[in-house]
Amino acid sequence: MAYPPAARSSPPRQPSVKVILASADVQRVVDRIAHQILEKTQGAADTVLLGIPTRGVPLARRLSARISTFEDVAVPVGVLDITLYRDDLRRHATRAVGPTELPPGGIDGKRVILVDDVLFSGRTVRAALDALNDVGRPSSVQLAVLVDRGHRELPIRADYVGKNIPTSLAESVKVTLAETDGTDEVKLYGGPTA
Amino acid sequence: MIRHLLSGADLDADTATEILDTAAEMATVAGREIKKLPALRGRTVVNLFYEDSTRTRISFEAAAKRLSADVINFSAKGSSVTKGESLKDTALTLQAMGADAVVVRHPASGAPHRLANWVDGSVVNAGDGTHEHPTQALLDAYTMRARLGRLAGLSVAVVGDVLHSRVARSNVLLLSTLGAKVTLVGPPTLIPVDIAAALAPGTDVSYDLDSVLPNVDVVMMLRVQRERMNDSYFPSAREYARRYGLDGPRMRRLPAHAIVMHPGPMNRGMEITPEVADSPRSTIVEQVTNGVSVRMAVLYLLLGGNNR
Repeated sequence: MAYPPAARSSPPRQPSVKVILASADVQRVVDRIAHQILEKTQGAADTVLLGIPTRGVPLARRLSARISTFEDVAVPVGVLDITLYRDDLRRHATRAVGPTELPPGGIDGKRVILVDDVLFSGRTVRAALDALNDVGRPSSVQLAVLVDRGHRELPIRADYVGKNIPTSLAESVKVTLAETDGTDEVKLYGGPTA
Repeated sequence: MIRHLLSGADLDADTATEILDTAAEMATVAGREIKKLPALRGRTVVNLFYEDSTRTRISFEAAAKRLSADVINFSAKGSSVTKGESLKDTALTLQAMGADAVVVRHPASGAPHRLANWVDGSVVNAGDGTHEHPTQALLDAYTMRARLGRLAGLSVAVVGDVLHSRVARSNVLLLSTLGAKVTLVGPPTLIPVDIAAALAPGTDVSYDLDSVLPNVDVVMMLRVQRERMNDSYFPSAREYARRYGLDGPRMRRLPAHAIVMHPGPMNRGMEITPEVADSPRSTIVEQVTNGVSVRMAVLYLLLGGNNR
């Protein structure tokens, strides 16, 4: 039986995968952001961490846990679902709506730190700012991300960045976390083969 | 995702559960200072009502407005319908105005199905004749789940004029899809003999309310339609009330956790006494509140994305 000609002439090209942050790196990065939050907010008083689903939520919980380990302050954690505020709702099939959970004290007059895994176009953060506007009036809003991969399409920047990764638009960044995916890892797909 | 919501049978268990879960998120908006979401900005929802209705029309209107859609209310009274315009011509007019969704109530069973073939947008059946009223079934299911924590395995008695009730039909279809067991209760003249088998296998029929009550989790009382009083389906209103009306002594025979539902509008003293309607078991007011959340979920799931 003959092999199909394509298989003989050129082997199929595997998309390249590069591990940017391994498990221990992710933990170190989260620790560093927790320290930076404490430093920049003078001890994280009157501060609320709001995670953007899916992976912003476990990150926000981890940051709160690390902050309480370092300084013994309990920073409330909430969940901010942005589905209904997205600017691309009509471009896709209807998206499932997730829960929004604000901490018991609310967010009015607090310093809110939005937490997400990857900062890319900035559109998610814009949607989060709109959603925030409808659920309360924080005194100020900051942004913490695990990875900033560039290519902003809106005038948005992060206050706390775990890792800056220069990428091309052809590449994609994938964050996995123990809580949602089993392992802590940041990978870059589709980059130039080494 | 489905494009129209015409019947309780349009929904499989996953879709129905998705609607109920979405409705639970929509309900949290009602507790906020700003009761508004931008999801349907720029979309137009037409309420096309050929029959009188307060709660359903207002409920759909509130739902669409909370999602930032533009709402056009059309009632047959005072419109070109009184000049003899047909449903199809009205539909084409709405189409020309760019309606993304048409919420329709019509005295003729099947009118929403016809409409769905004439317009490009989504059609939501808000009650057609004696046929179906799927969003009422969804809000009833939502209310049961909110009060009792589950739907699968629940035993639900639907009591009264099943023959003319679109609420009953949609509820039988949806509840059986979601795993609840329905018993239809009423005088033999008001329960079509083949309904149980035709709608959903496993649906029971009983003509004796008292024997059913001790074994149910939910009693859903249907409105006795006064316009049918003279059609001799039953001898007199008083006899109906005595045999099939839910009063205090009957309510006390229910299991401790059981709830009493009514789609409204009620005939107090006929199918339900004020003592029952105003008791803590009654979910009648909650049903109205939940109606807005459920209709928000339906409109969002039909119109929120690109489902073409």
